[in-house]
Amino acid sequence: MPMDEIALDHHHDAHDHKPPFFRRWFLSTNHKDIGTLYLIFAMCAGIVGYTLSGLIRWELAEPGIGPMLWIVEHLQGVQGDAAITHAKQFYNTVITYHGLIMIFFMVMPALIGGFGNWFVPLMIGAPDMAFPRMNNISFWMTVAAFVLACISMTVPGNSAGNGFGGGWVLYPPLSSTTGHPGPAMDVLILSLHTAGIASILGAINFIVTILNMRAPGMTMHKMPLFAWGVLVTAVLLLLSLPVLAGALTMLLTDRNFGSQFFNPAGGGDPVMFQHLFWFFGHPEVYIMILPAFGIISHIVSTFSKKPIFGYLGMAYAMVSIGVIGFVVWAHHMYTVGMNVDLKAYFIAATMVIAVPTGIKIFSWIATMWGGSIEFKVPMLWAIGFIFLFTVGGVTGVVLANAGIDHALHDTYYVVAHFHYVLSLGAVFGLFAGWYYWFEKMFGIKYNGFLGGLHFWLMFIGSNVLFFPQHFLGLQGMPRRYIDYADGFHTWHYVSSIGYAITLVGTLVFFFGLAEAMIRRRKGEANPWGEGATTLEWTLSSPPPFHQFNELPHVTTKGGH
Amino acid sequence: MRHFFAALCASILAAPAFAAIPHDGALGFQPAATRIAERIHFFHNDYVLWIITAITIFVSVLLVWVMVRYNRKSNPVSRKFSHNSLIEVIWTIVPALILVAIAGLSFPNLYYQDVVPNLDKIKTESAELLADGKSAEYERYTKNYFPDAAEKGFINVKAQGNQWNWTYSYPDIVDADGVPLEFVSNAVHKGTPDDKKKYEESTGRTNYDSLPRNLAVDYPMVIPAGRYIRYYTAAADVIHSWTVPAFGVKTDAVPGRLNEGWFLVDEPGIYYGQCSELCGIDHAYMPIEVHVVPQAQFDQWAQLMLAGDYEGAYSAVQTIAAIEPSTKLAANH
Repeated sequence: MPMDEIALDHHHDAHDHKPPFFRRWFLSTNHKDIGTLYLIFAMCAGIVGYTLSGLIRWELAEPGIGPMLWIVEHLQGVQGDAAITHAKQFYNTVITYHGLIMIFFMVMPALIGGFGNWFVPLMIGAPDMAFPRMNNISFWMTVAAFVLACISMTVPGNSAGNGFGGGWVLYPPLSSTTGHPGPAMDVLILSLHTAGIASILGAINFIVTILNMRAPGMTMHKMPLFAWGVLVTAVLLLLSLPVLAGALTMLLTDRNFGSQFFNPAGGGDPVMFQHLFWFFGHPEVYIMILPAFGIISHIVSTFSKKPIFGYLGMAYAMVSIGVIGFVVWAHHMYTVGMNVDLKAYFIAATMVIAVPTGIKIFSWIATMWGGSIEFKVPMLWAIGFIFLFTVGGVTGVVLANAGIDHALHDTYYVVAHFHYVLSLGAVFGLFAGWYYWFEKMFGIKYNGFLGGLHFWLMFIGSNVLFFPQHFLGLQGMPRRYIDYADGFHTWHYVSSIGYAITLVGTLVFFFGLAEAMIRRRKGEANPWGEGATTLEWTLSSPPPFHQFNELPHVTTKGGH
Repeated sequence: MRHFFAALCASILAAPAFAAIPHDGALGFQPAATRIAERIHFFHNDYVLWIITAITIFVSVLLVWVMVRYNRKSNPVSRKFSHNSLIEVIWTIVPALILVAIAGLSFPNLYYQDVVPNLDKIKTESAELLADGKSAEYERYTKNYFPDAAEKGFINVKAQGNQWNWTYSYPDIVDADGVPLEFVSNAVHKGTPDDKKKYEESTGRTNYDSLPRNLAVDYPMVIPAGRYIRYYTAAADVIHSWTVPAFGVKTDAVPGRLNEGWFLVDEPGIYYGQCSELCGIDHAYMPIEVHVVPQAQFDQWAQLMLAGDYEGAYSAVQTIAAIEPSTKLAANH
């Protein structure tokens, strides 16, 4: 933390003026309540997304079509050859909605909506978000979007059943009337439009809050890194989501009003959709990881009892990752038949991102260097994050090389890579933040043993789950396959065992949550001691319903 | 798991010649069958993989070191430094240099595999090298560009992706009316209980049990060994992707586009690939099977196919004749 000394001058009201239940939780304008709502929502969506991934691993544990067939026979009542066709389509919808739900309704709402809402105002010394009512509508539009996505799963997609089964990337013509003539895709477009509007409104809110509502004395260069992470994320959202919205709208008019944007027969081009999609989609992966970067920085600093090493470098590394993130999108498309010089450019641009990412990894380690490290639960998750993100990062450098990517594109190597940076990166960052701020948010203590057990089960489980997928990819196992050649069996089986381990870990997580809620051990204002220097630790746990009625003054003595 | 392994071994033993298929428990690439794949494997296995392993070990060692040396017991009082310009410059410059080193090999590899070679240029350049007596350079050049094969020109094949099979056409192989050879290649296995019955009824064959599951097709793509192959990909409905891992090639088949690529396989045998772009319900059931055979066998197959004798043609490429090692093109086999 850049602030060596924080001078506070505020007092807490004796009573908080909390509104009654319905007004408080359904018409909420309080950033902390909305943050809590986002976290609860992300947990619900996460359960759905995680269940879908369980279906995938269950199906792939053995060759042949197994559990999917059982599901369509028993739950959808389809029999015979039609059941097999339906099972194949059902598998495609499972992988599609797993991706969409985890990205749009779990990671983003949790990291940005949940922790962003909770801690950006607290960390910058603001009483609330800049636009509290807009904050409320952002949240409820996200819920509406999720409901629409769930509805889309249950309405006809194509002749083989309900839901859209074209992958989260929504490539036409599979997503146009050629591949999915039914209403599932239209409902899904509506869902993503709604989620996109919600995120754009949220992004505007964060940008305005961070730029205008920092406490006196808190210049941009003294702002906590989590706020930096959310600021860069919000700018990326604001610039990239309209492009997705444009592509989705074109797809919608192609499907319903006879336009031909992506139909070659009418002069359109399916590859144009891919360019538009990835112009959004690549920044999107940084949208998911940048808030986690911020969280990890605070945790590493707190538990090493040392200021963040190279604060400015860390902040501007995030800014440069955000900027470069906009000019690398076509590395997702090396095999579409792009000009070779264009591929060469995208190789170079993509590899450049490894430099600021490396700066972040090394700065975290340098923050620990010379520290007095306490291995509390959040720190375990943070150190796990650093290691796993390194593994996911270096396989990203491998894939950046179009020459190698021609062999690995659309194989399990890619699946392993992006799950290491997202499932093991963003999600580990998310759990790190959860255990770091749990006591602050809810005013109760969790059981440290259960938190540690949760970490070790997830760490071991997700490595067993995803590491063998590198081997599958190198052997040539393509993505999004319900069934595979027999030579891929062993590693698929191991991978499914890994999922079972994470399942135990997830049960431990919910058990730990329930245990904390039942025991209600009273939380402290600052359980972490001298290392926790950001403003949220100067408030009670949970913080008062309205904080900073008189703004804190941030002063720095002697620079940093 | 054991019976799958047994089935796998059986399928390998039953195969008539060298077959490139995924091996259970394997950790790396399938064996390379083209110079393109060899270069990818060298670049990955002998270069990038070492670099990324070293980086991961380096970061892990640093993490372990700080955890051991700077935990609360070993270092009760933390130091307060937060800057060191020199180390920050180093950890910016050194990764950048490593990336430059990777790019140095990446770009030549990309251009080699991505640009369809100009055969006339290869003929002149190799002739010049020979004329200048630069035998070492000629050896190296031969390894990548195969002047002997360049003399014979391209074999052109188009792979069109359909929901859910591949249509192969050979524009240069035409019948008396000038109609090019074209046929549809269907998966043998489609995940249904009567796969075997349907396969045997439609083809009259009895070899179902010897075929590798989810990889075999009824009528494979056939190409001659040691010839430059120029392939085109196209799609009839949605996007598909044509790939053979052992060749190191993968090209999307996009509606409205004609993509191209090239490869040259020296070792006769059977090579398998699988559609690599999600294309709907039977995405997992439109495999790619390529038989690489000696030129004479290829010509015989092409004649039978043109004559409409698909089963005769199929039998003609089941047992693949070996090629005399001396006639092989690549110097490194």
